[in-house]
Amino acid sequence: MGGFANALTPGNLAFAAIGVLLGTAIGVLPGIGPAMAVALLLPVTYALDPTGAFILFAGIYFGAMFGGSTTSILLNTPGESAAVVAAMEGNPMARSGRGAQALAAAAIGHFIGGVLGAIGLVLLAPLIATVAVDIGAPDYFAVMVLAFIAVTSVLGSSRVRGFAALAIGLTIGLVGLDPLTGQARLTFGIPQLADGIDVVIVAVGLFAIGEALWVAAHLRRTPPEAIPVGRPWLSRADLGRTWKAWLRGPFIGFPFGAIPAGGAEIPTFLSYVTERRLSRHPEEFGSGAIEGVAGPESAASASSAGTLATMLTLGLPTTAIAAVMLAAFQQFGIQPGPLLFENEPELVWTLIASLFIGLVLLLVLNLPLAPVWAKLLQIPRPYLYAGILFFACVGAYAVSGQPVDLVVLLAIGGIGFLMRRYGLPVLPAIIGVILGPDAELQLRRALQIADGDWSTLVSTPFAVIVYLIILALLLLPAIRAVLARRRPTVRL
Amino acid sequence: MTVRGQRIDRAWLREHSELGVCALLLFAGLLVLVDSLLGTVAGSDSDPLGPHAVPFVLGVLLLVLAVLLALDVLRGGHGEAEAGEDIDLSAPMDTRTVFMLAGVLIATAALIPVIGWPLAGMALFWGAAYTLGSRNPVADPLIAAGISLFTWIVFDVLLGVDLPGGPLMGVL
Repeated sequence: MGGFANALTPGNLAFAAIGVLLGTAIGVLPGIGPAMAVALLLPVTYALDPTGAFILFAGIYFGAMFGGSTTSILLNTPGESAAVVAAMEGNPMARSGRGAQALAAAAIGHFIGGVLGAIGLVLLAPLIATVAVDIGAPDYFAVMVLAFIAVTSVLGSSRVRGFAALAIGLTIGLVGLDPLTGQARLTFGIPQLADGIDVVIVAVGLFAIGEALWVAAHLRRTPPEAIPVGRPWLSRADLGRTWKAWLRGPFIGFPFGAIPAGGAEIPTFLSYVTERRLSRHPEEFGSGAIEGVAGPESAASASSAGTLATMLTLGLPTTAIAAVMLAAFQQFGIQPGPLLFENEPELVWTLIASLFIGLVLLLVLNLPLAPVWAKLLQIPRPYLYAGILFFACVGAYAVSGQPVDLVVLLAIGGIGFLMRRYGLPVLPAIIGVILGPDAELQLRRALQIADGDWSTLVSTPFAVIVYLIILALLLLPAIRAVLARRRPTVRL
Repeated sequence: MTVRGQRIDRAWLREHSELGVCALLLFAGLLVLVDSLLGTVAGSDSDPLGPHAVPFVLGVLLLVLAVLLALDVLRGGHGEAEAGEDIDLSAPMDTRTVFMLAGVLIATAALIPVIGWPLAGMALFWGAAYTLGSRNPVADPLIAAGISLFTWIVFDVLLGVDLPGGPLMGVL
C-alpha cells in the first residue's frame, strides 16, 4: 500500500488532475477519442517518468468515459461508443428539463463503477500474477494469437474486413529489421525505414490524421445544438432509484472489460436491459428513466478498470486505448504481463492507487463543471481539427526529428481514411502493428529455445487453455448457426 | 463487359469502389511476398521459421483476403462508412478539402527545416483552419501563432524535445 503514499505526491496528484480534466474534455469534444489522445501524447511521455505518464493516461481513460456520456445526454450524440446507451434515457431526461439529474446519475455512476472496478483490479491482479508467473514465450504467443483472433472475429459486422485490417496492421509492423537475424524486410533500401515505422507515427496517423481527413471530407456545416443545463444534483427519490443500479453495473462491466474483444459497449447495453427488467417503473424507459443512465455508466467505468486489469496482468489489450497504452509501456521498455508485478511493483501500485484518486477527482471536479463542458462543444470545428492536425504533426516530428516522418504520417493517415470509408475497423490494425512484431519474436524465440520442436507451443497448461478458448471463439458462429437450425425441430 | 448481368461502367465502378481496397490488399500481398522471398535468407535448424516465414504467411493471407473481400463486394456487401458527431454522410465526399489538407501537411514537412517549427507550425494551423472553412483573417493567424509558439516553448524549452527553432532562435 505504499502505492498510496506515492500517488499522493504533488507531482502525481497533478498528473491525475490534468489527466482527468483532459480526459473529460476529450470525451466531450467530437473527433478526439481517448485512444487518439493517448497516441498524441506518446511523444510527450518521452520527457516524463513512466509513473506520471501512466497516471495521466489512466486519468484520460476514465475522464473520457464521463465526457462521452455528457455529450450523449446533452447532444444525443455519444462522444464514445460506450456512451450510446446513455443517450437512450439521458437525452430524453435532458429534453424534459432533468438534464442535471441525468448528468449527476452518470457522474456518480462512473465514480462507483470505477471504484468497484479498481477494487476488482486490486484483488484479482496479484492472483493472476502469481498464477501466471511461470509464463514463457509459448504462453505469450498464445495470448497474442488470442488477441488477434478475438479482436478480428468478434468485433465488427464483417470478419473479412476485420482480418483485412489486421493484415494491414501486421504488414506495417513488418517493416524494418528482423529482430532475430537482423535482415531487412520491406525497407526497399531506404535507411530511415530500417528501424521500422515508429508505433507513435502509426497510432497518430491512423487515429488522428485518418480521423481528421475523414471529417474534413464530410464536415457538417452546422454544429449540433447542445441543450443548456444547470449544475448536476440528485433528489432523494432519484437516489432511491439509482443506487442499486450503480452497484449492479460494475458486476456486468468489469468482466466484460477484462475479456478480449469485450470493451465497454456490450456491458453498457446489458446493464441497460437489466435495469429495464428489474425496474419498478418500466414504463418510463425510453422517455427518461434515471436507472437507465445510472447502471450503464457505472458498467462503463467498471469495464475500463477491467480492461486495465487485463492489460497490466496479461499484456493483452482489449480496447484501442489499451493497445496504445501497451505501446506506451513498450516505449519505456516495460513489458506488461504477470512479471510486471514482480519487476515494477512500485509503478503498478502507484498507478492503481492513482486510479482511486483520479476517480475522486473526477467526481469532485466534474460535477460543478458540467455546464462548462457543455460550452466546450462550441469550439469552431476548423480550429478543433486544425489543432488535432497540429498536435499530430508535433508528435510525429518529435519521434525522430525527421520531416520525412510527416510524409509517412500522411501516408498512414491516408490508409486510416480509406479504412474509415470502407468500414475496415481500426482496432485490429493497431493491434496488428503493436503485437505483430512481438508475436513473431515470441514464436521464433519459443522455437529457438526448444531447438525447433513445434510441440513447445502447447507444452504449458496455460497455452493449451488459451488455444482452447481461441478454438471456441472461432467456432462460436458455426455453433450458433447449428443451434438455430435445430430449434424448429425441437419445438415439434 | 458484364458481370452477373450488370454493365461495368463508371457508375458500377463508383458503387463498387471498395474493389480498390481489394486491389490495395492484392498489391500489398504481392509486395510482401516478393520482398520476403527475394530479400531474405531461410532460417537455420534452431530458427526453423527464419525471417521469411511470417512475411510469406502474411503475403498469402493478404492475397486470400483480397479475393474474399472482392467476392463479398461483388455479391453486394459493403463496409459501413464510419459515422460521428461532426460527420454528415448524406453529403458527397469533399475530396478537394482532403487533398488540400494533405498538401498543407506536405508543405509543413518541407518548411520545417527552412523556417523552423514556430513559423511552420503556424502555417500548418492556419492552413488547416483555412482549408476547413475558417475565414477570419485577423483571428486565424493570431491563434495559429499563439498555439504554435506556446507548443514550441513547452516542447523544446520545457520538455527538451528537439524542435528546430529556425530564424526565431536568435530572437528568443
